[in-house]
Amino acid sequence: MSESMPARGASTLNLRGTSTPATRIIGVLALAVMTWVVVSAFFFTAPDVVQGDSVRIMYAHVPAAWVAYLAFVTTAIASGFSLVRRHRTLGFDRVAGASAEVGVLFMGLALVTGSLWGRLTWGTFWQWDPRLTTTLFLFITYVGYLAVRRIDASPERRAKRSAVLALLAVLEIPLVHFSVVLWRSLHQEASVLNPDGDVRLDGLMLFTLFSGVVAFTLAFVWLVIHRQRLQTLVDLQGTVGLDSALAARATEAVLR
Amino acid sequence: MRNVFAVARKDVLIEWRARLLLVRVLPFALLVLVLFAVALDSEALLTRAAAGLVWLAAMFATLLVVQRCFDIETADGALDMLLTSVVEPSRVFFGKVLAVAAQLLVLVVVLLGGAVVLYGVRIDAAGLVLLVTTVVTAVIGLASVGTLYGAVVAQLTGRDSLLPLLAMPVLAPLLIGASRATESAFGSQTIDLATGWAWTSLLAVFGVVFAAAGAASFATLTEPDA
Amino acid sequence: MIHLRDAVVAPAGFPALAGATLDVGAGELVALRGANGAGKTTLLRLCAGLAPLARGAASVLGVDLAGNRATVRRSVGFVGHRNGLYGELTARENIAFVATLVGATHDEVEVVLDGFGLAGRLADTRASALSAGQRRRTALASLAIRRARLWLLDEPHAALDVDSRQQLDRVFREATASGVTVVYTTHERYTDSQQMPRTITLDAGRVVHDHA
Repeated sequence: MSESMPARGASTLNLRGTSTPATRIIGVLALAVMTWVVVSAFFFTAPDVVQGDSVRIMYAHVPAAWVAYLAFVTTAIASGFSLVRRHRTLGFDRVAGASAEVGVLFMGLALVTGSLWGRLTWGTFWQWDPRLTTTLFLFITYVGYLAVRRIDASPERRAKRSAVLALLAVLEIPLVHFSVVLWRSLHQEASVLNPDGDVRLDGLMLFTLFSGVVAFTLAFVWLVIHRQRLQTLVDLQGTVGLDSALAARATEAVLR
Repeated sequence: MRNVFAVARKDVLIEWRARLLLVRVLPFALLVLVLFAVALDSEALLTRAAAGLVWLAAMFATLLVVQRCFDIETADGALDMLLTSVVEPSRVFFGKVLAVAAQLLVLVVVLLGGAVVLYGVRIDAAGLVLLVTTVVTAVIGLASVGTLYGAVVAQLTGRDSLLPLLAMPVLAPLLIGASRATESAFGSQTIDLATGWAWTSLLAVFGVVFAAAGAASFATLTEPDA
Repeated sequence: MIHLRDAVVAPAGFPALAGATLDVGAGELVALRGANGAGKTTLLRLCAGLAPLARGAASVLGVDLAGNRATVRRSVGFVGHRNGLYGELTARENIAFVATLVGATHDEVEVVLDGFGLAGRLADTRASALSAGQRRRTALASLAIRRARLWLLDEPHAALDVDSRQQLDRVFREATASGVTVVYTTHERYTDSQQMPRTITLDAGRVVHDHA
């Protein structure tokens, strides 16, 4: 049974770290693009006509929100595979968990930057607009998901339970979004208070924004790969190969 | 189908004998209504907010009802025996949802009575049909989500603090919908009856989605693997 | 009934059962003995279709446990350390509930209650008010009403007084006489060698003794 054998791919991990040539390339690329984005965001792009310099938060907020939802989708797909496939169940589960952890990070970042942006632009830290509210619910849901993941002793149980939770979240999040949209529409707000609703994007701003998305995505991939490998090592620690375990058990015989 | 009713009847019978709903949950729910009044300190505000407060109290009480629903199974390992021998998990799920829904129905009716008495809410004939429909659909949604997430955390350590964290974000759409529809049924100025009915249909969709999801995942959640 | 060949059960990597081989036929009464941690409970749970088979071969009631172990659960009754009863329901109601789920009749419930010494006042007593021995018998009565052909019982005699134990043994003998196979774990010592059932001893996850 594949569950009790060492995880495939474990042999590619050199025990001094979880890097491989592939992740080094991704990491360097991420760093490079991120540097360009930071420089461009602060020095090359122009301030907005209406918002002034506070528009620069957009270069962090929009990519962070994008990655947050990317993480959500990744966790959902990986969870689906982990439930359906009989082999490599644990591998998919590890990806789901890693994506959720990294995703929570970016969700938090999106919320904080969104809140700051709102404060700078409109004077309030929070708006009950659908996007921010749904992201908040996504954040809370994933905090709960991670809390459940920490409990189960056996990787198999953890995989099953959290996979069901992740798929339920796929049902929940659209419902939340839809009901918040309906809810806020009752309040006849003249303009949806999205700071990025009024920003006019010129060519360079658009390109910087796009680079930001690329940079954050690369960072996400890099983090997930490393986190997932780390988890593989942790899981391996708990299981020696079945053959050695059987040999060890034989020496436990009490009766002669 | 017969098995679904058997499970539901068993749960209701146990609850009837133990009387926990009557003796603990209902008083708690009414207490929550009273505490809201104390915290908000404005009768006008209370009357306006009554719908939302009723459903908020209902949500908190649901957690208690659901935890009890699974406690009776884990106390002597009965659920394990049930699921691994004689009955399909999805039937057990539906039976439990029915039993929880029955208890929640009683609870919500009492809470609405509490709102009439404590918050000065008035229910007129025009809104009554909407109110009844809202209560029925919302209760099914509450019961489905509660039972499903109750199964997720049953037998986990620290489950009492986990259940709220997991279930309440999922119940948010239900809270929004039930509160708005009930507001409309109470004769609110800002929400007309047509919008109220729209919210009720959202509640129905919510209930169906999570009832189906629960039936599908109950087997996986309760599968023994040791 | 039960055929194991080098069966290994290793939930979470540790081989609780490390290569067990045995055969049990229909209508047999078998006592499983061994030190704590020897794998007795795991062996029972494997045969009940509750624990997955990691290696080796195992078949129970003709069902291959490496394949779909869920199907064997309907015909096999497992009672662990707990009884699986609902405290607020009476003995009769507990058994009647199981009866409804399997489609057994009212009369069959009464017959079973009688057969397990639970008729009369006991039948209408809440499970939480029954003694340990009475609760055990109620749990076994549920297996009987389900017409389970194989009973797997984990330390059924634990926490019972001498009289209750003897009652339990009588129940086992009557069950096996009617064709049910009963396998139970125990730390008991039998003073009367004529009473002693076939005894299989486990040590470190393997079968080391097997004598009738």
